Amino acid sequence: MPLDELSEITLLSLRVSGVATLLSVLIGLPFGTLLALRKFPGRSLLLTLVNTGMALPPVVVGLAVAITLWRSGPLGSLRLIYTPTAIVIAQVIIAAPVVTGLTAAALQALDPRLRLQLLGLGASRFQMVQQLWREARLPLLAALMAGFGSVISEVGASMMVGGNIRHQTRVLTTAIVLETNKGEFERALALSALLLAITLLINYTLTWIQQRGKR
Amino acid sequence: MSALIEIRDLKIRRQQGIVLEIARLDIERGRVTALVGPNGAGKTTLLLALARLLKPACGEIRFDGQPLETVSTLDYRRRIGLVMQDALLLDRPVFDNVALGLRFRRLPRPEICRRVDEWLERLGISSLRSRKATQLSGGEAQRVALARALVLQPDLLLLDEPFKSLDEISHARLLADLKNILPQMNTTTLFTTHSTRDVRELADEKISLRSGKISE
Repeated sequence: MPLDELSEITLLSLRVSGVATLLSVLIGLPFGTLLALRKFPGRSLLLTLVNTGMALPPVVVGLAVAITLWRSGPLGSLRLIYTPTAIVIAQVIIAAPVVTGLTAAALQALDPRLRLQLLGLGASRFQMVQQLWREARLPLLAALMAGFGSVISEVGASMMVGGNIRHQTRVLTTAIVLETNKGEFERALALSALLLAITLLINYTLTWIQQRGKR
Repeated sequence: MSALIEIRDLKIRRQQGIVLEIARLDIERGRVTALVGPNGAGKTTLLLALARLLKPACGEIRFDGQPLETVSTLDYRRRIGLVMQDALLLDRPVFDNVALGLRFRRLPRPEICRRVDEWLERLGISSLRSRKATQLSGGEAQRVALARALVLQPDLLLLDEPFKSLDEISHARLLADLKNILPQMNTTTLFTTHSTRDVRELADEKISLRSGKISE
């Protein structure tokens, strides 16, 4: 595989999974906070759905997104099937429940009286939530790592909604599957090593930030 | 002397039903009032209601002559200081913990530094300024929690068992310091306790609660 194609695949993997993780945090952080801090009818059901969503098989998500974005599907007119955007959509559906569920668990692990204490010191609702996020920063960073880990390593959804099209939607995981199917095990192993190195580097950086915050 | 807090026909309901029922209670401005009573008598519930952290089922609380419902919750809470039973400090240096309420009020940084340093000094914990709150002893943590509320110079100070879980020496020292500080501040203070010694040494008034009602 030419070097420029390899870097193209690697950058697309990072871009797609990075955007999907960012969107998942933007959805999961407030939604997880709401589930942790507010009591409302249906909250337990929502928590159960989120916890179930944390174990969604990527291939099932891929199938659902593919049917939705298919030309004859309800959102077919958007012409998103077999685009990087379609992969981002599928990956957000995979990662958002992970970030939401772990955010809710992180905030529920804090002493519930801390909220009252912060409000009793004159915090606005938003200031109170900001302090709780800061106090739970270690498990929240773990939620971010888990969210990223769930999408950078998935293949089923990316394959189904992206189509593994060369120069367009081929990412590291789908390229590994392709090379394996072709019997090019050396290439597949090299791509796997690259994927592992990237995830190791990113998780090392996040872990370093996490543990620095612990000191 | 006028009352800062006037309570009329107040009822607080929690999951187990009505837990606090006060027909009439006035708390005089600038006085230190002790709330005594057995566990479950409603002492903490009353403090939380006064901090507007519990909503009354019925009745009225007036603050400085105004019904509480007519004052914005945030504006009101920024006139009080609350110290709960445990210190509940954040996993940050002592300075940041004490500065917390001032930062909520968006005070200028030099003003925050000046006031925090003043109160660390007054409570004898200046040497802990940079130490992480998680590394403090129980007595030190309680002093930081008190400094965090006192630095706000509140109109109403609510202390829920401020001496709980302190050893005898720490208890006596903190009691002596509060006995010195509270009259100087002239802040209306309400504190809960089980100790007759705390009442004797610190309080101008005593209110006894039993099963959610004032018993004397």
